[in-house]
Amino acid sequence: MEEALKTAFPFIAISIGILLVFGGVMMIVAYTVLAERKVLGWIQGRIGPNRVGPWGLLQPFADLFKFIFKEDLVPDKSTKFVYYLAPIVALTAAFMPMIVYPFGPPINVDLAAWLPYGLGEGITQIPLRVADLDVGILYVLAITSVGVYGIALAGWSSNSKYSLMGGLRSSAQMISYELAMGASVIGVVLLAGTLSLGGIIDAQIHAPWWSRWFIVPQFVGFVVFLIAAFAETNRVPFDLPEAETELVAGFHTEYSALKFALFFMAEYVNMFTVSVMCVTLFLGGWYIPGLDWVARQTDLVWLFGVGTVGYALISHVGFLLKIFAFLFLYIWVRGTLPRFRFDQLMNFGWKFLLPVALGNVIVTVILVFLMNR
Amino acid sequence: MSVISEVLRSAKAVISGMKTTISQIPKEKWTVQYPDVPVTVQPRYRGQHLLHVDEMGKEKCVACYLCAAACPSDCIYIEAEDDPRPYEDRIGRDERYAKVYNIDYGRCIFCGYCVEACPKDAITHGYNFELSVYNRADLLKTKDDLLITKQKQSDKYRVALSSEDVDSEFKEV
Repeated sequence: MEEALKTAFPFIAISIGILLVFGGVMMIVAYTVLAERKVLGWIQGRIGPNRVGPWGLLQPFADLFKFIFKEDLVPDKSTKFVYYLAPIVALTAAFMPMIVYPFGPPINVDLAAWLPYGLGEGITQIPLRVADLDVGILYVLAITSVGVYGIALAGWSSNSKYSLMGGLRSSAQMISYELAMGASVIGVVLLAGTLSLGGIIDAQIHAPWWSRWFIVPQFVGFVVFLIAAFAETNRVPFDLPEAETELVAGFHTEYSALKFALFFMAEYVNMFTVSVMCVTLFLGGWYIPGLDWVARQTDLVWLFGVGTVGYALISHVGFLLKIFAFLFLYIWVRGTLPRFRFDQLMNFGWKFLLPVALGNVIVTVILVFLMNR
Repeated sequence: MSVISEVLRSAKAVISGMKTTISQIPKEKWTVQYPDVPVTVQPRYRGQHLLHVDEMGKEKCVACYLCAAACPSDCIYIEAEDDPRPYEDRIGRDERYAKVYNIDYGRCIFCGYCVEACPKDAITHGYNFELSVYNRADLLKTKDDLLITKQKQSDKYRVALSSEDVDSEFKEV
C-alpha cells in the first residue's frame, strides 16, 4: 500500500493539478460567455441575460444544457469522419496550452511534514502550474496553430459553400497573423533570454526597475501581439471566418448542438490563452511590483513574504485580474469595431503588422547587443 | 511619414470609438422588464379597439358602416338592426344599433382609420396589446370582446402622462 502510494504520488499530484487548472479555466471560460453577453448588452443600452438565476449567473449552465438537448444535425453529403474530427481537433488544440499557464509564484512548503508515509519527500516548493516547459512559448504558438486545422477541416468537410469560404478565410488569416505574432514575441524572448513562460516572468522580476513589465521596453511588440491575438482567436474585428453578415456563420454553419458548443468553447478558451500569453509576456504574469517590498517594510513577511501562501494568493488574484482586464478588452472591442474587409485584413497583416514586428525585432536585437557588450 | 500619420489617425479613431462604447456602460438602460414591469404606452397608442357606451351604458354605435368603409384591410363586419323601443329599454343610444360588430385581428393593421371615420366617437383604440392566441379563429373578436364594459384591461401597460417623455427619439442619445 505504502509502496504503491509512493509510486503513484507524482501522478496523483499532477492529476490534481490538471483537474484544478481544467476546472478553473472552464469556469472562467463559461463566465466569460456570460460577461460577454452582459457587457455587450450594457454597451448597447440593454441589461443582458438576467432570467436564469440571480443576475443571470446560471446562464452558462442553461446554455450548456440547451446545447446538449438540441438535435444533432449532420449534413447528408458531408465527409463524416472529418466532420466529427474537426471540433475535437479545435477543442483539443485549445485545451493543450493550459498546462503551461503560470498561475502564480511557487509556494515554499515542506510537503513531507503534511503528508503520511513520507510522501512528497524532498519537495520544498509547490509550483502553481502543471508544467514549465523550456520551450513554453513555442509550445503555445505551435499548439494554438493546430487549431486552424479544426476550423479548416470543419469548413471543408461540411460540404457547404459558406463553410468552405469560412474555413479558407480562417486558414489564410491565421497563417498571416501567426507570423506577426511570432515576430512580436521574439522581442520579449530576446530580453528574457529564455522561451519558458516561468523564466520570462523571472526575467521581468529581475529586470531593471524601469522595465519590470516588458510592456515598457516592448510596447510596439505588445501592440502587434495584441492585434495578432485578436486575429488568431477570430474575434471582432477579425471575425471573417464567421462573418455572419456574409457567410451565415462561416465554418460552423453546418454544426449544431454539442459539436457547435465545442467550437464555441474552443474560441473562448483560445481567448483565455492569448490573454494569459499577453499577461505573461508583457505584464509580468503574476508578478505585482513592490508586493515583497511592502511585506518586508510592514514586518508581515510571515503572511505575504515571497514563497508564502499569502504571497501566492495575492499574486494569483493579480494574475486573474490582469486576465480579466484583457477579456474585458476583447468584449469591449467587439462592442465597438466593425469587421475588416478581406483585402484590408490581408494588407494590414502582411504590409503593416509584419514589417512593424520585424522592425521591432531588429531594434531589440541591436539594443540588447549594445547593452550586453 | 504618411504611414505614421495614418497610424495615428486610425489609433485616434479607434480610441474615440472605444470611449463612446464604454461611456454607454454606466448609463441608464432602455430595457423594460416587460412581464414583471408594465410597459409605458403613449396616450395616443393604438391597441385593441374599444366600443364605447354613453353614461347610461347604451352603446354609441349606430351601425353606419363608415368604419367598415374606411377600413383598408376590410376587417370590420357589422350587422345593423333597428330598435324602436324607448331609450330605457334599448341596447343602443339611438334607434339603430349594431347587432353584430366583429373585428378580425388577423387582418387589422391598427391604422386608426375606423376611429377617424366614426361620427359618433363610438370606436376608439384602447391600450390592450397582448392579442396573441393559440387558435387563429380566436383572432375574430366580437362585440362582447370589444365593448368597453366587457373588455378586460390588461395590467401590463401604463399610459404615460402627456407631460411625460417616453419616446426614444426625444431622449438624449
